[in-house]
Amino acid sequence: MTGSVPPERRMANDIALNLGHLPGESAAEAIAGHIGRFWDPRMRSRLLAYVDAGAEGLHPLVIAAVRLLR
Amino acid sequence: MTLLKEPDFGTPERPGEATVSVEVDGLEVAVPEGTSVMRAAALAGLDIPRLCATDSLEPFGSCRLCVVEIDGRRGTPASCTTPVADGMKVRTQTPKVEKLRQGVMELYISDHPLDCLTCPANGDCELQDMAGVVGLRQVRYGYEGENHLDAEKDTSNPYFDFDPSKCIACSRCVRACGEVQGTFALTIEGRGFDSKVSPGAAETFMDSECVSCGACVQACPTSTLQEKSVVELGMPTRSVVTTCAYCGVGCSFKAELRGDELVRMVPYKDGGANEGHSCVKGRFAFGYATHPDRVFNPMVRDRITDPWREVEWDEAIGTVARRMRDIQSRYGPSSIGAISSSRCTNEEVYVVQKMVRAAFGNNNVDTCARVCHSPTGYGLKQTFGESAGTQDFRSVAEADVIMVIGANPTDGHPVFASRMKRRLREGAELIVVDPRRIDLVRSPHIEAAHHLQLRPSTNVAVVNAMAHVVVTEGLVDRSFVDRRCEGFDEWAQFVALPENSPEATEEISGVPAAQLRAAARLYAKARNGAVYYGLGVTEHSQGSTMVMGMANLAMACGNIGRDGVGVNPLRGQNNVQGSCDMGSFPHELPGYRHVSDDAVREVFENLWGGTLLAEPGLRIPNMFDAAIDGTFRGLFVHGEDIAQSDPNLQHVTAALEAMELVVVQDLFLNETAKFAHVFLPGASFLEKDGTFTNAERRINRVRAVMKPRTGKHEWQIVCEIATAMGYPMAYDRPSRIMDEIASVTPTFTGVSFDLLDKLGSVQWPCNASAPEGTPVMHVDEFVRGKGKFVVTAYVPTNERSTRRFPLVLTTGRILSQYNVGAQTRRTGNVAWHPEDVLELHPHDAEVRGITDGAMVTLASRVGRTTLRAEISDRMPAGVVYTTFHHPVTGANVVTTENSDWATNCPEYKVTAVQVGLAHPLGHGDRTPGRARGETPEPARSEMPEHVGDQDPVRAGDDVLTAVD
Repeated sequence: MTGSVPPERRMANDIALNLGHLPGESAAEAIAGHIGRFWDPRMRSRLLAYVDAGAEGLHPLVIAAVRLLR
Repeated sequence: MTLLKEPDFGTPERPGEATVSVEVDGLEVAVPEGTSVMRAAALAGLDIPRLCATDSLEPFGSCRLCVVEIDGRRGTPASCTTPVADGMKVRTQTPKVEKLRQGVMELYISDHPLDCLTCPANGDCELQDMAGVVGLRQVRYGYEGENHLDAEKDTSNPYFDFDPSKCIACSRCVRACGEVQGTFALTIEGRGFDSKVSPGAAETFMDSECVSCGACVQACPTSTLQEKSVVELGMPTRSVVTTCAYCGVGCSFKAELRGDELVRMVPYKDGGANEGHSCVKGRFAFGYATHPDRVFNPMVRDRITDPWREVEWDEAIGTVARRMRDIQSRYGPSSIGAISSSRCTNEEVYVVQKMVRAAFGNNNVDTCARVCHSPTGYGLKQTFGESAGTQDFRSVAEADVIMVIGANPTDGHPVFASRMKRRLREGAELIVVDPRRIDLVRSPHIEAAHHLQLRPSTNVAVVNAMAHVVVTEGLVDRSFVDRRCEGFDEWAQFVALPENSPEATEEISGVPAAQLRAAARLYAKARNGAVYYGLGVTEHSQGSTMVMGMANLAMACGNIGRDGVGVNPLRGQNNVQGSCDMGSFPHELPGYRHVSDDAVREVFENLWGGTLLAEPGLRIPNMFDAAIDGTFRGLFVHGEDIAQSDPNLQHVTAALEAMELVVVQDLFLNETAKFAHVFLPGASFLEKDGTFTNAERRINRVRAVMKPRTGKHEWQIVCEIATAMGYPMAYDRPSRIMDEIASVTPTFTGVSFDLLDKLGSVQWPCNASAPEGTPVMHVDEFVRGKGKFVVTAYVPTNERSTRRFPLVLTTGRILSQYNVGAQTRRTGNVAWHPEDVLELHPHDAEVRGITDGAMVTLASRVGRTTLRAEISDRMPAGVVYTTFHHPVTGANVVTTENSDWATNCPEYKVTAVQVGLAHPLGHGDRTPGRARGETPEPARSEMPEHVGDQDPVRAGDDVLTAVD
């Protein structure tokens, strides 16, 4: 992969940036819903592991969405 | 089957409800008002002799062969230009007109070489036919006088010859070039006896504006414009109606053959998509199907560094099955997958996804539509409820304002572009939204009212600003919105925010606010406003957002649900729509139904047996990531060249190298095959039996013109792999596959090969509610019930211009080439585009010391390549452009991993780059010439190689030596 940013981090942050305009809890819910609906389970697992490992560079809404995914 | 000759009624149909009754040679016939006497006679079964008339062109009245007598009228009017009147009595065969016709024919033949027996058009010549019909028995004028018999032949075009000695100056070619194609490259030069067809001032066809669509060849009644293939092979003797395998327009063609040898492809008048028109690719560029590079035998090898070994089919299929199962036994069921192709038939694509889901036991199937129109599927599903365009192609004839966004129809979808240009010549207004000044902006008899020349990556800012104008200036169609939509208020509040005003977005997009406001008003106030868009919308990090933004705008203006309006994706490849319909995405079963839907899975489980996974699988870019991290080890690639077409090629090739098994099925040993362990030879579209679905949801039959030269159909091979893996899959013919598709897909329940053979084609949904299909969708209500307004916040791309990479690269395609060029590079089309070039603005060239034709290095943070510069002001300063048709250029070496946030469609259209001369300054400028057709500089291999795995800073430094 190019660069040092793990793909799951990049993609999750992109989703958060594009759904971040939604109000309140609905933004995290929409992000979690999108990841649940379109991501292969191993990608979700890697994202969850990345959060467990410190979540460096992750958009706060992704971290909130990961809570919902768990 | 014999040679199919379609009826020609002489002049075009005049649609209308009012009819008039006329009598032709005693036969009563009722025809629409405005119909010509010639057409009325033809409808009554009487063919009036003619030469300058054909029903694809407006009548011209020049040949004087079609004269008739009409009771109560003086003289002998031309039947092609005389409209019928109620009660008219016409006589087409009287001594007077017969004598006139003989006189006319005698004059024509007096200046025509009488070489019929050796003429390539022998048997297919209207002049020859008419000489017989009018009973010409003598020519009293000798050849001693002035004539055109020594006129020089023009053989410059790779596909057809122009022999002016055989020209009768009927102007059919000139009119076809204008009326049908809309290029206006041809003219009649000179007057009287000196009149002659000319492709430009003292130019050959090859040097002219001619786009080689073939309309002139089709229209020519003699052998003046003749296919070289007919000259070489002779006149065909049988026809098979099939569908072109190039772009998403999906033109119908008559494949005309002598025995099993294809002589020519002739556009089919009854083709729903093209109605008798064609482009240079579909009409002429079919030679790749018989190119010596084709592979006909399966091949295997243990390692990609080993030489290929030809094997029998059984061994190849057994090897695939055994190695795939072995990988699964060691790495788990989800460690393998497949990529299907939008070039393959619906039936082939369907069996690939079935193999993955039922035999592989996972959802790791994706299609190359991932990298082009996946945002269309997502965006239109969210807003309208269906992942497809809203209109048929004919609809554009009713549009009053046409907005073309991020598409270049004259190059990418030329036959549809001709329809569009016809409507624009009739007076429809045009708005072009594109960083590049595409040909449509200003072409013969067409000038865009507005060209919004936005910066790449700012589509969403522009569409939001247009919506801002519509909402804040009271241009919303409230009646439509209130009746048909939901979510409007929240959306309207969003777009009305000051940051979405044209004045605010001008700084982002570069589009002047006043111009944007004017364009928005024009679209919103139109009786019928239609949006057509392409990959310049989808291939962005905000591709899905932009699709939804366009859908919002169309709904706000009430531009959905009738002829002349809509949101219309122009699909890149022939079966993009179909491959998506057939369940090729890892999250959707056929018919765009999510794999998590228990009821939907149950339908397929009952039919296929076993249990289907409810979790989505890997998308193409995810497959590459998973390959590199070691969890994805085996890949079946069906008819797709991911090692050339996908972005960030260093990443792609690293992924392919990391896999234990790569299986490639293709016509040629393509770039991806370099990384393959098994190569399965594919069949060309001429050997396929099945269906393609074009951009207007039209399902067209693909009929085998010849047997598969590999001995097997591609769907058979897929079935045999599945069977060898322990999941029996068998069909006795492809119509059975379509029957299965129809049985499990609600939008296809009425589709069958029998129906397609009966109707010619059908647009889905085709079911009990619409037994003959659905040309226009969302007429009374949206598929999802209410159309949904979605807030579309503008999120800038992560790809930013920097001091090191100050330019923005955007990519596209050119008329003569197709996709990665695997087909068109193996045809005469290379005469027009022997290499990819980098277009750059004169200012950007000057500051870098780059001259037209110089070899330059193009570098991004992920890689670099070398290609030839073409100075052009089509782009604004700061933007450069290239195509990706040639692997030697490898344009995708520089494109990045950025992708659409919702679908992972790559952001091909935005890459920060630097450009510099390919050799360091001070080494002497050896700028080559730039003559058309010149072959690429042989020294290309001495150019710097790709540096994808280098530190980006170092790569940039290397490039900047010539420009800093």
